[in-house]
Amino acid sequence: MNPSYYVILAAILFTIGIVGFLVRKNALVVFMSVELMLNSCNLLFVTFSRVWGNLAGQAMSFFVMVVAAAEVVVGLSIIVMIYRARRSASVDNASLLKF
Amino acid sequence: MTLVPLVTGAEVAYWICGPIMILAAVAMVLFRKAVYSALSLALVMVNLAIIYASQDASFLFVVQIIVYTGAVMMLFLFVVMLVGVDVSESLVEKIKGHTIASVLAGVGLFILLAVALGRGLVTGAVGVEAANAKFGGNVQGLAALLFGPYVLAFEATSALLITAAVGAMVLAHGERLSPKLDQKARAAARIEDFVTNGVHPGPRPNSGVYARHNAIASPALLPDGTVSEESVSAVLVRRSGLADADSLVAPAKAAFASLDAVQGDSEEDR
Repeated sequence: MNPSYYVILAAILFTIGIVGFLVRKNALVVFMSVELMLNSCNLLFVTFSRVWGNLAGQAMSFFVMVVAAAEVVVGLSIIVMIYRARRSASVDNASLLKF
Repeated sequence: MTLVPLVTGAEVAYWICGPIMILAAVAMVLFRKAVYSALSLALVMVNLAIIYASQDASFLFVVQIIVYTGAVMMLFLFVVMLVGVDVSESLVEKIKGHTIASVLAGVGLFILLAVALGRGLVTGAVGVEAANAKFGGNVQGLAALLFGPYVLAFEATSALLITAAVGAMVLAHGERLSPKLDQKARAAARIEDFVTNGVHPGPRPNSGVYARHNAIASPALLPDGTVSEESVSAVLVRRSGLADADSLVAPAKAAFASLDAVQGDSEEDR
């Protein structure tokens, strides 16, 4: 199957992730949008691994998954900490550093 | 000439999973509740795993389901549970026109991506079958890469994972703000409360025992027939309110009344 279909699918998913990241205010959903973007990039890695007949792309995708898992663990604990301190998971409310 | 167009498994997987993924991703952005967003993202990830499988990435197919759908999304659901499912999101825009501007930026980015990718469109694919077969399979091939040229990066990820686990424990650990009260201090506080506010220092009264009810939710009656609010846990009162004492007493009263009536009849007969 023509790999450009997968590329377009990845672009659509990435765009949806970007829009979700910008629009939503719930920190959890913002985080999920980041995950969606990471996943769409993984799809690109796997697709181009098939295009060039080289497994290095799949290895990169594996590393992206590892980093994403670590990032989710730390990010979610930060969200829990902010929620504990401010009783809110809204990114608009965390404005202490605002000038 | 074939009547049925030649359709491969990859195409079937793409045209089934692709639209489902896009719909679920849009739903993730649009759902008001974080739980629904998490579940639709899990749907996206499972479909993505199927697309990996259709692209001869069998190891990533399994890892995507186990790590992403199994671990990461369930972690998300746990945090949604901790942070509160019903945290309502305010629809007020802090910056005017923020939503419209964001959607426009997204559309612009998509056009940019589509044009950029359209210039470098690739039509043919070599396929990873040869690369998979070189070491006897997809997993073996990836292992040869991970423990060969990328072994340093692989070791670095183990350090990263340990750091992440320790970091999460440090961040999520809550420091106790006030010293823990022991039994002695609590007893002293009770007596103090009795001396200053006159609050009864002893245990609270039992719940009520009636002819047909003795659950902890049924309140006890005071000597004057009124309900004692202290006899029922405050949580139960908040959930369902105090039971009506009259309806609790009514069966016993009716039974006594019928007994009295029978007694009266037999006395008349005598």
